[in-house]
Amino acid sequence: MARITMREAISQALWEEMERDPRVFILGEEVGVWGGTYAVTKGFYDHFGPERVRDTPIAEAAIIGAAIGAALTGLRPVAELMTINFAFSAMDHIVNQAAKLHYMFGGQMILPLVIRAVGGGGRQLGATHSQTPDAIFAHFPGLKVVAPGTPADAKGMLKAAIRSQDPVLFIEHATLYQTRGEVPEGDYIVPLGKSTIQREGRHVTIVTYSKMLEISTKAADQLAKEGIEAEIVDLRSLRPLDMGPVLESFKKTNRAVIVEEGWKSYGVGAEVASRIYEEAFDYVDAPIKRVAQAEVPLPYNRTLEQMALPQVEDVIKAVKEVL
Amino acid sequence: MAEIIAMPKLGFDMAEGTLVRWVVGEGEAIEKGQVLAEIETDKATVEVESSAAGVVYRHLVKAGDIVPVGTPIAVIAAPGEKVEDIPAVAGGEEAQPSAAQTEQPAEQPIPASQETAAILEDDGRTKASPLARRMAQEYGINLKQVQGSGPGGRVVKRDIEKALKTAPVAAAPEIETPPAPIAAPTTSPLPAVVPAAAAEDQRVAVDKLRAIIGRRMVESKTQIPHFYLTSEVDMAAVMELRKQFNSQLPEEQKLSVNDFIIKAAALALRQYPNLNASLQENEIIRHAHRNIGVAVALENGLMTIVCKDADYKSLGLISQEVKEMVARARAGKVRPEDIEGSTFSISNLGMFEVEHFVAIINPPEAAILAVGSVKEVPVVENGVVKAGLRMKMTLSADHRITDGAEAARFMQALKNYLEKPALILL
Repeated sequence: MARITMREAISQALWEEMERDPRVFILGEEVGVWGGTYAVTKGFYDHFGPERVRDTPIAEAAIIGAAIGAALTGLRPVAELMTINFAFSAMDHIVNQAAKLHYMFGGQMILPLVIRAVGGGGRQLGATHSQTPDAIFAHFPGLKVVAPGTPADAKGMLKAAIRSQDPVLFIEHATLYQTRGEVPEGDYIVPLGKSTIQREGRHVTIVTYSKMLEISTKAADQLAKEGIEAEIVDLRSLRPLDMGPVLESFKKTNRAVIVEEGWKSYGVGAEVASRIYEEAFDYVDAPIKRVAQAEVPLPYNRTLEQMALPQVEDVIKAVKEVL
Repeated sequence: MAEIIAMPKLGFDMAEGTLVRWVVGEGEAIEKGQVLAEIETDKATVEVESSAAGVVYRHLVKAGDIVPVGTPIAVIAAPGEKVEDIPAVAGGEEAQPSAAQTEQPAEQPIPASQETAAILEDDGRTKASPLARRMAQEYGINLKQVQGSGPGGRVVKRDIEKALKTAPVAAAPEIETPPAPIAAPTTSPLPAVVPAAAAEDQRVAVDKLRAIIGRRMVESKTQIPHFYLTSEVDMAAVMELRKQFNSQLPEEQKLSVNDFIIKAAALALRQYPNLNASLQENEIIRHAHRNIGVAVALENGLMTIVCKDADYKSLGLISQEVKEMVARARAGKVRPEDIEGSTFSISNLGMFEVEHFVAIINPPEAAILAVGSVKEVPVVENGVVKAGLRMKMTLSADHRITDGAEAARFMQALKNYLEKPALILL
């Protein structure tokens, strides 16, 4: 297996799917001539041409609206949002159109649309460009919302998203692009809506996803030195949410910490904790803890920003509190 | 020592009781076994006896009060004793007098004779995790007597595990009382003495599927006049044919005996449409399709999957469809079309070595076939006893729609198809 970055994995998935299926095309701000703000589509314009790699105006509603139209008429668009924060400008198109058309018209049409959006904080981009609003989108039935935490998952899940008949919001964490990991050779798929146990342990279950997988893994490494074995469940998909491995793990450890980068209120941790309480109440041996971003707009100042984001120490502290 | 008298549980479904009258007043002496009060359940008025001798120290509920089972209703104390920790009437601070607590060393399971006390103590006021609470109940451990090591003294899993480890030793010297029940799961899977104290009835909530089965079966058995016919079928030809097929087929395509019965029944139903019918008010609806329902045993009940138009399908297709639907049913992924529209049902318990049984009609169908196992039995042919393969099947039919003779002819037709299975391959 090759060891490549998340950026390369995503780029490969896009490239291979475009080679495989002529209906797949890319649109977004600076995705063509410039090669993408995060350089994911570098070289695509020259290889696939302006028809299939389309630079758009700075108008997110237009990008998503056009992509929905293209999907409805038989193409397989992959729309890129420079950051997920700009998805708010296209909110109506995403949650009111893409998420509902198949349902409202009795399944007459499918909507094979992928929206790639860059999320997360930690790069000093200020409060309006550093958010993790994943839970907001996962709230809406009709939309698939996924956020891989490893290069292998990113490649396999992006391919699955492009081949899916449903609109998929594919969230890429800005600070994970340089993360390296083993990626299988050749064409493969990682199914959407399947969480997985990324690390085995018997004392506590850490449920997490995306960037926080990295943070949680570092925390688990440190905890291991103290003899505490944390099991890590990577949700990978927020909707559909696969609670299977979470419950399986929790029934073994009886204790859980949920780590998410977004705000705690009404968040992923709230949902997962509720589901555990509902479905495994008799296995609960301690109150479930949530680690999340401080309830403030994310500060610009580097020190303050890092203080507001969940850190390795926060996860360790939470684990010790539930043990 | 002070003793708490609690609202007793009289009957498995009793949840609360009314205190009708105090027979012995506060401050009066009482003997063990003497009637202390009268209580009323939804079924009867019963006398509550004191489990201790002494003085009625305090009534904790008033005459006329309705309280849940297990609620403390009175305190019996030694004459002249001053009891400090009296349970409050509803949800007070402490449910147990301190005197009783010193009786039991910490971490020792409660002996059988103290059952009443256990109910009182585990009243929700002990800080314990849901898991610890469940384990305590399973193993018959008194939570109050377990030292909690969690935050704020919460009893957690490891505390129960610790208590379990120390339990057998603590329980050993007890001679009068049965051994502590918790010894069983940790030390010996087969205790010599039945652990009376912890042998509680298991209460399982009726889930949706169970409720539906219950409702439909009561409806069927009470509203449909069932009658029953049993026939014996010579299965030698089917078994031989099946052997021929299966020797050529890959594992996942092998035919079951039931596949043959489905096909044969569907063909026989073509000739006897009254058995493939439903009664609706003043009309008998003879269904145009022969959709055979097949009862599938699930972990927690059963479900009928439907092989549609089975009379038109090949054995191979029937087999494949049924396999897929059964797999989906067992995986909890059944599709609506898998279970809709059956017009006649088959319940086969042959694989459980059931010789013969009768089934309840699955409304609104007119009949159901109950199939036993294919057995090698001695049969008499032309005065000679030889080995044969026989299967018994029993038809339950709705007498409002069909009669004995017609049902019997249907059974003959079905038997004929099974005994000459070349016919079902036509």
